[in-house]
Amino acid sequence: MSVAIINYNAGNVRSVLFAMDRLGIDAQLTDDHEAIRQADKVIFPGVGEASTTMNYLRDKGLDELIKSLTQPVLGICLGMQLLCEHSEENDTPCLGIIPQHVKLFQPTNGEKVPHMGWNQIRRKPGSWFSESLESGFAYFVHSYYVEEGPYTTALTDYVHPFSCAVKKDNFYATQFHPEKSSKVGEQVLKDFLTL
Amino acid sequence: MLAKRIIPCLDIKDGRTVKGVNFVNLRDAGDPVELGAIYSEKGADELVFLDITATHEKRKTLAALARDIAKHLNIPFTIGGGIKSLEDVDVLLESGADKISINSAAVRNPQLIEDLALNFGSQFVVLAVDAKQVDGEWVVHLNGGRLPTERRLLEWVKEAENRGAGEILFTSMDHDGTKAGFANEALAMVSENLSIPVIASGGAGTMEHFYDVFTEGKADAGLAASIFHFQEIEIADLKGYLKDKGVSVRG
Repeated sequence: MSVAIINYNAGNVRSVLFAMDRLGIDAQLTDDHEAIRQADKVIFPGVGEASTTMNYLRDKGLDELIKSLTQPVLGICLGMQLLCEHSEENDTPCLGIIPQHVKLFQPTNGEKVPHMGWNQIRRKPGSWFSESLESGFAYFVHSYYVEEGPYTTALTDYVHPFSCAVKKDNFYATQFHPEKSSKVGEQVLKDFLTL
Repeated sequence: MLAKRIIPCLDIKDGRTVKGVNFVNLRDAGDPVELGAIYSEKGADELVFLDITATHEKRKTLAALARDIAKHLNIPFTIGGGIKSLEDVDVLLESGADKISINSAAVRNPQLIEDLALNFGSQFVVLAVDAKQVDGEWVVHLNGGRLPTERRLLEWVKEAENRGAGEILFTSMDHDGTKAGFANEALAMVSENLSIPVIASGGAGTMEHFYDVFTEGKADAGLAASIFHFQEIEIADLKGYLKDKGVSVRG
């Protein structure tokens, strides 16, 4: 199986590559459109700021490329948020693949922002996560979240329930970092790779 | 519920793990990558690698170590020690580090926090601060606690947050190495005045100290070194203890 990791100015591309290595997958870190299009699976990582990242993707033509992909695509963290319609982070129009909105956490009870650390996954019916992942802890670092909606496949509670995973057609995504989420994260990556 | 984090800290010198007792006497405790992997297996939530001699010896980069760690570990880690510039950080990010910590360089040049936050995101920037009480005031110290500054703890961490730091790692020099408990009063003051997470460091000796730091000290994470390195406390036992006392912990 060939796996392409979209190589752009995201903070966690190297970590995602190493995570694939640990699973015995020789993934390709690339921004070459043809290589990405040809891959069996595509991972769209992301750590950074929404508007800068969207501009970068547009400059490289990666926005249109991502939208046109038909194989399973996994968005991670900012990668998940950018798959959505719009982000409140600097009022940024995103890729619009998943018609959900990205909002800034508004603490109601002194919660810290960013939401940083390990928090639990609650699978929704029909989730693409293995059953063994129910109530598992995954590693999060984010200040913005994807609200719950029709494409939400798993929830996490922080301030209020939010989408920790989504799926629409061939697009899958997690708000947490599977590449940093120990055994839970490895299972999530395996679940994606065996789709 | 968001879990309280347990973070072993691995102090590094010449590529080996050491632990300073009040930052003076050093004892060898093994290979950082191997030790990190063991901690990950044991249930550590995160790791901090600090090159404690870096500032003093003006060491520039820890990139090779960061890369080695990133390859082998599947939990987040912070790396620090002698980081002074965007270039230093760019190399570490590229090597797979999840966060970097800055300390002395940020006090000397607070603009560095803003530059790092703008270029790499706040989530990547941990501000480490070493402080001790002088005449009843928490005074920020530099160079691993060797050099007092004009800065006061609360004023400095607030400024760091405003400039874009994503997390605070506060070490009480008064408590570090004593194993008599964390600086809970100062930690609670810091935590309550900031909206970013606070990692408590210095003074861990018993499991109860961790309970206290998460309740009284209001810390988001507890960091310790020698008690883990010398297996005085097993992380699994610590988490079991905290869970029984109603603290949210992972696994």
